[in-house]
Amino acid sequence: MQTKRMTFRSHWLPYALIAPQLAVTLIFFIWPAAQAIRQSFLREDPFGLSSRFVGLANYTRLLDNPEYLESFRVTVVFSTATAALSMGLALLLALAVDRIIRANQFYTTLVIWPYAVAPAVAGVLWWFMFNPTIGIFTYILEVVGYDWNDRLNSADAMTLVVVAASWKQISYNFLFFVAGLQSIPMSLREAAAIDGAGPVKRFFTVVFPLLSPTTFFLLVVNITYTMFDTFGIVDATTAGGPNRATNILVYKVYQDGFIGLNLGSSAAQSVILMLIVMALTFVQFRWIERRVQY
Amino acid sequence: MKRILMAGLLASAATSAYAQTEVTWWHAMGGELGAKLEEIVAGYNASQDQYNVTPVYKGSYTETMTSAIAAFRAGEQPDIVQVFEVGTGTMMAAEGATYPVYQLMADHGANFDPKAFLPAVVGYYTDTDGNMLSMPFNSSTPILYYNKAAFEAAGLDPETAPKTWAEVEAFSRQILDADAASCGFTSGWISWAQLENFSAWHNLQIGTQENGFASMDSELTLNGPEQARHWENLAKWQKDGIFKYGGPGGGADAAPAFYAGDCAMYMNSSASRAGVMANTEFEVGMGMLPYYEDIEGAPQNSIIGGATLWVLGGQTDAEYEGVANFFSYLSSAEVQADWHQFSGYLPITQAAYELSQEQGYYDQNPGADVAIKQITLNEPTVNSKGLRFGNYVQIRGVIDEEFQALLAGDKTAQEALDALVDRGNVLIKDFVDANG
Amino acid sequence: MVENRPFLTFLAHLVMVLGVLFVAFPVWIAFVASTHEPGTFLSGVVPMLPGKAGWETYRQILFSGVSASGAPPIWLMMKNSLIMALSITVGKITISILSAFAIVYFRFPFRVAAFWLIFITLMLPVEVRIVPTFKVVADLGMLNSYAGLSIPLIASATATFLFRQFFLTIPDELAEAARIDGASPMKFFRDMVLPLSRTNIAALFVILFIYGWNQYVWPMLITTDPDHYTLVMGIKRMVAVADSDPQWNYVMASVVLAMLPPVLVVVGMQRLFVKGLVEQEK
Repeated sequence: MQTKRMTFRSHWLPYALIAPQLAVTLIFFIWPAAQAIRQSFLREDPFGLSSRFVGLANYTRLLDNPEYLESFRVTVVFSTATAALSMGLALLLALAVDRIIRANQFYTTLVIWPYAVAPAVAGVLWWFMFNPTIGIFTYILEVVGYDWNDRLNSADAMTLVVVAASWKQISYNFLFFVAGLQSIPMSLREAAAIDGAGPVKRFFTVVFPLLSPTTFFLLVVNITYTMFDTFGIVDATTAGGPNRATNILVYKVYQDGFIGLNLGSSAAQSVILMLIVMALTFVQFRWIERRVQY
Repeated sequence: MKRILMAGLLASAATSAYAQTEVTWWHAMGGELGAKLEEIVAGYNASQDQYNVTPVYKGSYTETMTSAIAAFRAGEQPDIVQVFEVGTGTMMAAEGATYPVYQLMADHGANFDPKAFLPAVVGYYTDTDGNMLSMPFNSSTPILYYNKAAFEAAGLDPETAPKTWAEVEAFSRQILDADAASCGFTSGWISWAQLENFSAWHNLQIGTQENGFASMDSELTLNGPEQARHWENLAKWQKDGIFKYGGPGGGADAAPAFYAGDCAMYMNSSASRAGVMANTEFEVGMGMLPYYEDIEGAPQNSIIGGATLWVLGGQTDAEYEGVANFFSYLSSAEVQADWHQFSGYLPITQAAYELSQEQGYYDQNPGADVAIKQITLNEPTVNSKGLRFGNYVQIRGVIDEEFQALLAGDKTAQEALDALVDRGNVLIKDFVDANG
Repeated sequence: MVENRPFLTFLAHLVMVLGVLFVAFPVWIAFVASTHEPGTFLSGVVPMLPGKAGWETYRQILFSGVSASGAPPIWLMMKNSLIMALSITVGKITISILSAFAIVYFRFPFRVAAFWLIFITLMLPVEVRIVPTFKVVADLGMLNSYAGLSIPLIASATATFLFRQFFLTIPDELAEAARIDGASPMKFFRDMVLPLSRTNIAALFVILFIYGWNQYVWPMLITTDPDHYTLVMGIKRMVAVADSDPQWNYVMASVVLAMLPPVLVVVGMQRLFVKGLVEQEK
């Protein structure tokens, strides 16, 4: 790991400097996480009056449970659709703003602010608009002949959470794509234009390949986002329904742990999620390190 | 809770009249009901100067219960927590975490007579020896509301509610044909109204071991042919536009559909009455739940829902004195009659019911006594006194899921019910395993 | 721009306008809903233009609260959200800049281990540890306190990384000069590192403020006292009322008020926000 060529010398100062961060980490992160791991090997009643070591039983039951595997599938569909939609729209907007010389700052401001909206609040907003009785979109869809019902139709419900989650994430992707586009040397695009390549061809042969590091990075970030930060959105819109159609992994942890009070199973699911985040973080971190080495 | 502990010590040790014992009460009453609850507590606090009850709204029933349990594990539990009826199994199994009300009242209580309570209400919350474990507070039962204007527009008698499901279907068709509404009926709480209460109302078994009352180790039997027939009908009616699904859990979309005049009939808790009255511009009639004439034993009696107050363990004697004192106040006829008349929840004591009669409440508010008549229609049988299963909060979720699978056309009614019984039984087994 | 094609420029504007509409529409609807009488929503579709009840609704939720929704006055919840957001932001920045300074400018035993410990926090999202963390906070007597709302959330691997990377770009000559002058490490930190980090701190401030303001599950779990409720959790509470219907005008007015502060921060400090966001991931 990198340090300065030149460093200060002190026996106690670095420890004092790092102590607050470490204390918070140990007390509020490491210790509780260790408790979660411990809990995943136990079977316990909700009140914690009696508990028993059950080995890997909580894990094996999960992996044998079709509902859990279904939740995995739902998570993959949700993540892929949200990443594709929000990144696609963001790229489109970034390309547009990149063409506009005047007023691009103005447009940028108007597009990026949903980043600041809490997921739970974004969920409430979209839930309200797709409300079967009073929702504005439900009404519009009815006029064009589509009977929207996210309470029953799995596809409608999935669409709702994907749209709400994408809405919030567009601003983030947009900013990175704009930065990515700006870092592409103008000379490359000009050269392609001189060679007679039209804007579409130029995009696919020059711009998009050069954006691929940004795209890959955003893909990882978006998957992490959809897997963890979307809890509030799902909670406020579909609550995992109908018939578990939008019951993503992180919501199932909450449902089994906080509603079902099945702490052992919930803890085991947490540990599995931890492993997934570790893998994602590892990928992301490799990318960060590479960038820093430049 | 150190502060409270200190206050408790002060109250018992010092002679100062100003040192009040603090009693905390976590509840799930939002909306108008929450405001009324606060009013009742304020009335209690003003009525004496020894104890001070602090009500804290903790969100939905589920949130309230789970945060109380989390708080108990951390040693920060409130004195009183309001738990919905399906959490009863979980609370009962947690011996040592709760302080049974009959015992609390015996240890600390002054005037407390369990016989004063309506058997149909208390039966749900007593153990097999007849001891009352929690304090009934807000109990309700599903009833039928209907839009009199829509009935009239369709040429139906606005003073006659449908009695049977055949009539519900016929009335609905007539309403749709006359274009008096765009759907016949909707329902809140599918699991509670259209399965559990459906079973009790038709005297059908919900689960083995007396619907779980006799033993924790029971199994669901909700997949009988009668339940399957009813669910098949609901699915068919949904396709025909007669029935409109209001969503899982409480059915958030059911009430607006009725208020907006989309659906002419609406089945939901009797405690929805205040909301129905406040939000409708047409006249509303009330009737009992419909039944199938050809099913023997129907109509039997409906079962309650709502919540009771559980006392949690690990507090000081002074606080328990306060809880007992507060419970006596809460179950007094005046307070109960007031709460019942305001909210539409059932009067939980005979005295409160009689007081309401005396006050002429039912004469001025026709239909307000439908709920109480419905739960006391017949002497409850083993099938209709209630239900008590472990992990039932999750089983409710399973029922919603399977009902959605049915309506989406993924499963037949029998398949959906079979699946929910299988999945529910696994959850019950888990519960026995974790508590055994 | 590579070449001048009016049609493409027009298309670009069209895309942007549609994008802006898509982004703004839900908020417009929320605003409109907050200005109507509650009865408007129970009988049909939400109108598209503001109603007349707006002032009254906002006045009521801001100052007298909607006891019917179990919520204290909104200004109180806004104050709590603000205190929580600021404590988290200041806390994260303080402990992160100190630990990054230690990691970059000192060599000491367990340096790598400490770095990895901090790194691990990235892998423990709040859902994984909420029950045990709750117990820790309760044992420390921090339920229903601003400390409980903020301290458990102030460990930050990302902020530490950001500062570490920035410190690595500070020329070594500066530190050498400081040492030759006989300046202590803390004097160097105060006189050189801190001023140089100003923009980074400001950029992080924007991002972390939003993070803090938008916390949802954590405050919901550890506050039982309405005096400590925060706005974002308060909204969900208003939507889910037992045996009762949500009062949409109040809910939507709260939604608008809950969005306002972080959105104003983003719009007002756009340059810093963009920098904070993009740098954080570099």
